[in-house]
Amino acid sequence: MDGATPFALELQDLRKSFGRTEIIRGINLAVQPGERVGIIGPNGAGKSTLFNLISGRFAPTSGQVLLNGTAIQGKKPFEINRLGLSRSFQITNIFPKLSVFENLRCSVLWSLGYRYTFLKFLSGLTDANQRANELMEMIQLDRKRDILAMNLTYAEQRALEIGITIGGGANVILLDEPTAGMSKSETTRFIGLIRSVTEGKTLLTVEHDMGVVFGLADKIAVVVYGEVLAFDTPDAVRANARVQEAYLGSSVADAQAGGQV
Amino acid sequence: MAKSFSLSSLLSGSWPTWTLFALVLMAAPQVFRSGLSITVLSQMGIAIIACLSYNMLLGQGGMLSFGHAVYTGLGAYLAIHALNAVSNGALPIPVSAVPLAGGLAGMGFAVLFGYVTTRKAGTTFAMITLGMGELVFAMSLMIPEFFGGEGGVSSNRVIGSAVMGITYGPAIQVYYLIAVYTFVAVAAMYAFTQTPLGRMLNAVRDNPERVEFVGYNTQRVRYTAFIIAGFFAGISGGLGALNFEIVTAEVVGAARSGAYLLFTFLGGATFFFGPIIGAILMVLAFVLFSEFTKAWLLYLGLIFLFMVMYAPGGMASLIMMNVRVAAFGKLRQLWVSYVGLALTGLVALVGASAMVEMTYHLQLNAGQGSELQFLGATLDATSLNSWFGSIFVMATGLGLFELTRRQFSREWGHIQEFIEAEMQRRAS
Repeated sequence: MDGATPFALELQDLRKSFGRTEIIRGINLAVQPGERVGIIGPNGAGKSTLFNLISGRFAPTSGQVLLNGTAIQGKKPFEINRLGLSRSFQITNIFPKLSVFENLRCSVLWSLGYRYTFLKFLSGLTDANQRANELMEMIQLDRKRDILAMNLTYAEQRALEIGITIGGGANVILLDEPTAGMSKSETTRFIGLIRSVTEGKTLLTVEHDMGVVFGLADKIAVVVYGEVLAFDTPDAVRANARVQEAYLGSSVADAQAGGQV
Repeated sequence: MAKSFSLSSLLSGSWPTWTLFALVLMAAPQVFRSGLSITVLSQMGIAIIACLSYNMLLGQGGMLSFGHAVYTGLGAYLAIHALNAVSNGALPIPVSAVPLAGGLAGMGFAVLFGYVTTRKAGTTFAMITLGMGELVFAMSLMIPEFFGGEGGVSSNRVIGSAVMGITYGPAIQVYYLIAVYTFVAVAAMYAFTQTPLGRMLNAVRDNPERVEFVGYNTQRVRYTAFIIAGFFAGISGGLGALNFEIVTAEVVGAARSGAYLLFTFLGGATFFFGPIIGAILMVLAFVLFSEFTKAWLLYLGLIFLFMVMYAPGGMASLIMMNVRVAAFGKLRQLWVSYVGLALTGLVALVGASAMVEMTYHLQLNAGQGSELQFLGATLDATSLNSWFGSIFVMATGLGLFELTRRQFSREWGHIQEFIEAEMQRRAS
């Protein structure tokens, strides 16, 4: 690494084809540690696929994914997670028949070193229980401790989704449309929550709501047809003619008019 | 928020339950003293371990296995061979430890076969276990040296001189050995549900994909749990070998695997204690109910069908739902409906089973004439009167049952709404 600090996450000419269709067509991206990156792009641009490639859900056809300088492409999701990358899902992906507390405790067990043990009682794992309680307070679900996840409201489930994602203490967090399906007021509150729980971490988030992206991100990556069209500060991206032409159009104006930037 | 999570608080909460369980195991043969009772009780202990070990897969891990008898059965075979080795002096272990040999065998085969089966979940897992079951059963016919062919392998558990008066000659001594194993195994399997692996197994059941994204290898979670389940299954088989002193190929057969599935489900896979109820029902059905009527499998199938359709959580969930109703002080309102449901259901059942019994009588006992005794009444399987009478009784029962059921489900709905509202109120 020639002495320099490696990027938290670096994508090098990443490609993915399904059959003969190339969905991701040579993406290069380098994210500094602690940076917040918003990924935007029209439907079908490959944003979710990109997350799936990084997090190990799919293996890329070619190219490299470097996490803190280590190549992780083609590794299994749990291996990547153990190396310090965690993700949330666009469609809520929690443990429906476990309580809020159990959901969060499951998310912290591996990182605290409990692995596959069946020779310790959960109730005796002070650190895991404490961490799960902290998480529960962070995502403001401490009053729902023993409610089964499937009985939570949608917004609460989305919060739990975030809680599970950050539970293991990963330094690189990918959030796939964290505010999808939320009302305006819920979204505003939720963005505040995301901002606080990902403090000091490297964050990549796919978002449709322009106000959200421009408010949350240090840098914006615009993905169109499986390629990165622009990767720059929000202001620069807004000013970028190619981006406006290809994708943003009136949304930027809306976002600015809405005063959310 | 700061609740204390310590081992002592975990145990103290459930202490009375475990004491009661131990007392029941100890006192049962004193209450039911006949020879048949001791046999039945011994088999219940064995079945409890088997069904709980099965539920580690089904209820806790979401693994629908069609081949659990492979592990109880091979455990039984290894145990009976071990017992023979003990008796001819080749193996220096006490007879009391023979079931452990079964457990190790069950575990060993789970290590071997589980490596293949647990690589996949869901339907694929179910298919592979089915294939594995057939494979082992086929082996039992191909290797008579180990499986003993049609006659099976027999042994004698009374070996050497008595240790502290225990020879395992009398059935009651075997019962108490089984009771000790049952208590320890149930406690150990319960403890398992309170460990990190036990909880991750639930998580794998709920959402395997997400588990991979919190750092766990789902295959490894399933595999490890499968091996542990195999161990307890083997112990159950070993106890069976000791109890019956003979092991035949049917112990690894598909029918046995099916019975574990069916009765674990009937008892209730979603609660830890459900399979215990299932195991008790299994022994009652196999030993007692099968004596009572030749059509017992048909009745069993019907019960299973109704359970899957109307109470997929099994007996345990029915119990727990009523416990919840009782906790909110509403159970009293339901008494009348319950009595009504029971009586009308019974009438319908009498009518239906009269017809079943007549059909069976015609098919199986044709040589004995057309008359048969049913619940004290004489039916003639060839007379229209008997058939119309049965149909009338069944139809009346069904009609009244449906009326009662509608009334009941209205009341039930009201009570559930009340409970939900009450819980909302208490939470806020």
